[in-house]
Order: sequence, then structure tokens, then C-alpha cells
Amino acid sequence: MTATATTLAQARNPADLPGARPAAGPSVGFWLPAWSLASRELVRFFRQRTRVVGALGQPFIFWVLFGAGLGGTFRAPAWAPAGMSYQEYFLPGVAVLIVLFTAIFSTISIIEDRREGFLQAVLVAPLPRASLVLGKVAGGTALAVIQAGLFLCLGPLLWLVGLSPHMSFSLSLVDVGAIFAFLVLQGFALTALGYVMAWPLDSTQGYHALMSVLLMPMWLLSGAFFPVPESGWLAWVMRINPLTYGVVGLQRILFAHAGQPLGGEGSAQAALPSVAACLAVTGLFCVVAFVAAVWLTGRRSVRNAR
Amino acid sequence: MDASPAIDVRGVSHSYGDRHALDHVEFAVDPGTIFGLLGPNGGGKTTLFRLLSTLLPLQEGQARILGFDLAREPNEVRKHIGVTFQSPSIDPKLTVGENLKYQGQIYGLSGAHLRQRIDLLADRLGLKDRLRERAETLSGGLKRRVEIAKGLLHRPQVLLLDEPSTGLDPGARHDLWRYLRGLREEDGVTVLVTTHLMEEAERCDRLGILDHGRLVALDTPLALRSMLGDDYVTVQCDEPDVLGARIRERFGVTPQKIGGNLRIGKSRGHEFVRDLVEAFPQEVKTISLGKPTLEDVFIERTGHRFWDEEPQ
Repeated sequence: MTATATTLAQARNPADLPGARPAAGPSVGFWLPAWSLASRELVRFFRQRTRVVGALGQPFIFWVLFGAGLGGTFRAPAWAPAGMSYQEYFLPGVAVLIVLFTAIFSTISIIEDRREGFLQAVLVAPLPRASLVLGKVAGGTALAVIQAGLFLCLGPLLWLVGLSPHMSFSLSLVDVGAIFAFLVLQGFALTALGYVMAWPLDSTQGYHALMSVLLMPMWLLSGAFFPVPESGWLAWVMRINPLTYGVVGLQRILFAHAGQPLGGEGSAQAALPSVAACLAVTGLFCVVAFVAAVWLTGRRSVRNAR
Repeated sequence: MDASPAIDVRGVSHSYGDRHALDHVEFAVDPGTIFGLLGPNGGGKTTLFRLLSTLLPLQEGQARILGFDLAREPNEVRKHIGVTFQSPSIDPKLTVGENLKYQGQIYGLSGAHLRQRIDLLADRLGLKDRLRERAETLSGGLKRRVEIAKGLLHRPQVLLLDEPSTGLDPGARHDLWRYLRGLREEDGVTVLVTTHLMEEAERCDRLGILDHGRLVALDTPLALRSMLGDDYVTVQCDEPDVLGARIRERFGVTPQKIGGNLRIGKSRGHEFVRDLVEAFPQEVKTISLGKPTLEDVFIERTGHRFWDEEPQ
């Protein structure tokens, strides 16, 4: 008796007749879904004005206030160009702070997406999980690079209104490209790391806790806030921190031509990793965080359902 | 029926820690039909829905959708199913059009084809004027229509809907069902809906009733109801146990005691009402006669009330 209703419907649909297992569907592609999710990140970001202020405003304020307050007690590291002010030293560190904040804000949205239900719709879609992670992380990276780049361009101009000391950088096109590359890699690594942290959480409070015990110390101990000491336990902690390499890489490029060249043989600056080593470590950081994020996302679990 | 089923669930069990949400559930859905999963909240239908939509891993048993194994080929399953969740999945910060565009793109649609699908669905679901509005400004009914449009963009052959009429007024619910039937008739789409509303369950071609994770009934709504005899007599009284025993003694039928009332399924119910009132004029306080409903089926199969039924 159950067949009566179905035979009628089937008669109209010869494709559904016995044994009709559809051919495996065409692949949905990798780049289009990733592009789609990334552009959603950007659209959402610019619709939420407070996020723009939060990610860019606070680091700017930190930079000016700490620069003014700590300037007097700052002892420039041995490798630094002569007469470097604290605010100048702090410049790349703040750029990395902006990258970190942007990464945090964009990965907190994973928790919101989960709560609002958007995420479950993405998870039942046939896009490759790596494409999902790439979209989310690339969106966050783009935002981070835009904002940190803006800061690096505008920050030194505060000199005009007396909020920063005069700085002069002479950067070749290659240097600018290298700075861009470092910002991209760090943005990618930190957003992917934030993704891994946010994925198992269902409350933003939990994320804030992780942020203050893990992400902020990571930044503080990256050479962004104070130079890496030459020895002692702190030196070791900072050398283990993958973020250090991103910060040192930026410092090397920015300050290489600011005064005397950086990294002459046998001098103290030899203790700093080379630009190539910095790139390699930051790149590895990206890969590890990304793979971890894809692995987490690929597991089907109760947590993904709402 | 020799057609291979669109959805084939075999011996599926699922537990969250110690709590058993599904217990050896088994059913098949023929292609081009509307199948309903009826049950109270907590009955296991949402768990089953999540398993079928590939959100949860299959713990025990087997399930296939269009012949694709849910455990081994989740991505093939995902390509062929459209999913509409009970909880909203639209991004409130985006416009309706953007929501649909992004949804299409993560299913690999793009360009003119995607625009055409969005236009077509917006037209069919009455969302044409809303495409530029932010999703957060929409009413509940409109949001649900956007959800359904999202689920249909990639022309799925199987559509899974979890409590689709949540938050819909009766008019919108009616439209929704007309639309679902249209999908079945014109496009041969197989539809699986979960519901806790009897009235909605009535509209399905076939029905599975889930209670405490077990499938307690499986047939067409009509067949399920006719199993119970022609009529249903409900007696309200002070001492149901005593009266129940006396009815059994006198008429040879065993009344069910449900929430202080006695219910008796019987053919020629009108005569039985007369007989009962004549036999027990003092004991019977009120008596009513009705055709068996799906709720009666539920009570008969589970021995308890469909307690979670929401007031309409």
C-alpha cells in the first residue's frame, strides 16, 4: 500500500527509477567556496564599525602612550641603529599586535557563527574542509594585512602632530614586498591559531580566557614589546615562541637601512635569526596551524550540531 | 516496491554518553515521496536528522542517501541533499541576496547560473522584493523562507527539513506544504521532514513515529489510523481503574488509561457510547466520540501521551 503514492511520482521521473544511484556529483571546487567565505568575512567586518575601531584604535593608542611613557627608560638593543627611540622600536611590534587583534576578532566570529547557526549550514555543504578553513583564515588575514599596513603607513605620520618622534625609513621595493609577506604569513598563522582555539569553544568568554593566558603573553614575549635578551630563561622562552620570528623579521627589514646596517658579522646582532630563518619559521607556523585547523574541522562531532 | 530507496536507514543507534538517543532505527523512503518523522521533542528525530545531514558521525548501523553511504561518502551525500535546519542558519548581517549568493558558492554555483537560481527561488518563495534587505530585519516567516531557498539552490534530489514550520503562522505553513508538494510532483524531490505537529504529519505520504529513540510505527498516516478501529471513545470519570475493570468485565474490551481518562478504540462507536452511558450512568462524567487521530496512534503504540504537543 505504501507504493501507491510513490509510483505516481516516479512515473513522472524516469531518472529515479530502480537502481538509480546518481553519478557522483561534480566537485564543487576548492577556490570558489574559499573565496566566498573570505569575502563574507570582509563584508561582515566593514558592516560592524566597532570592530574596525577595536582592532585598529587600541594598538594606535598603545603605541603613542607606551612610546611616550617608556621612551625615557628604553635601552635600545645592541643591534639597533643609533639613536633609536622606543616608539620607533615599538612600531613593528604594534603592527603585529594589530595582526593579532584582527585574527582574534575574526576567529571569535567562528563561535558566533556556531551560535547563530551559520556554521552548520556550511558544514553540511560539500565544500572541502580545507576550503572552509582557508576561506575563514584568508578573510581574517586580508583584514589583518590591510589594517597593519595602514598602521605602518600612517603611524610615522603622527610625527606631524607631535605624537611620535621623527622616523625615517628607506625601504626598497623588495623590502616593502618582504614586509607585506611577513604580515601575510603572520596574519595567516595567527588567524589559523585563533581558529584552532575557537573551534572547540561555545562561548566567547572561554575565548577571552585563552586570549589573555596564551595569545597576549605570546605577543608580549615576541620581541614586539621589548627586545629579546641575549641570555637567561626569558631569552629561551622568546626563542621558542614562533611569533618572535615574525616580529624580528619585520624589525630586521624596517631597521636594516635606518642607520648603520644590521647584522654585521661577529656583532651582537648575529644572535638574531636571519630574515630567511624568520620567514621559514613563520611559514612553518602557518602550515602547522592550518593543518591543525583542517583536521579539527573534518571531524564530525556533536559539537557541530546545534 | 523494487525501486532503490532514496533514503535507507538500517539499524541505526546513537547515544550521547549514557543517553540513548536512537535505538536500532530502521526505515526506507521511496524516491519522490514526502516522509515524516513524528515524535515529541527529545524523541530522537533531531539526532536522526543530524546523522542524515552528515553533521554527526554514524555510531552504529548503516545509512544511505541515494545509494551513497553516509559514513564513507559524506561528501557525495552532501552534494545531493538540501538541508533546512530548525535553528536559523542565515547570516543576519548579510542581505537576503548575499546569503543566497554565498550559499550557492559554497555549493560550487556561480555566475549567471547562480543568479538565475536565486531569482527563480526568490520568485517562487515570494522573496523577490526582499533580496536587498538585511536578514536581521526579516520576520520569522520570511527568514524561514530564506532558509528553504538556501536548501534548494543547488537543486538537491533529497531535501531534509527539521521542524520546517517552526515560527510560521498557519497561512505560511500552508504555503510551505503546497510548495513541498510541488517539489515532489514537479521535480521528483524526496522530502524528509521532522515534526511534532500531528496536522503536519497528516500531510506526509509516509510516516515514522519516533519515541524515546525507537521507531514505534511506520506506515501511511491513513493506514496507521485505520489500524486502530473505526472510532475512539474517551471517557472521563473519577475512578478510571475501577471503571476500566468493570468495562472490561462487561464488554470484553480493555480500555487504556491515559492521564486519568479511559480510551477505547471500537468500531460502531456511537452504539458503544450509548451502551456505556446506559451501563454506567453514575460513573461516566463525560464521554466523547472521535475518529482515531495520529495522536491516538502514538498513545496506542507508546502507552503515554504525546506530552510535548505544543498549543497551537
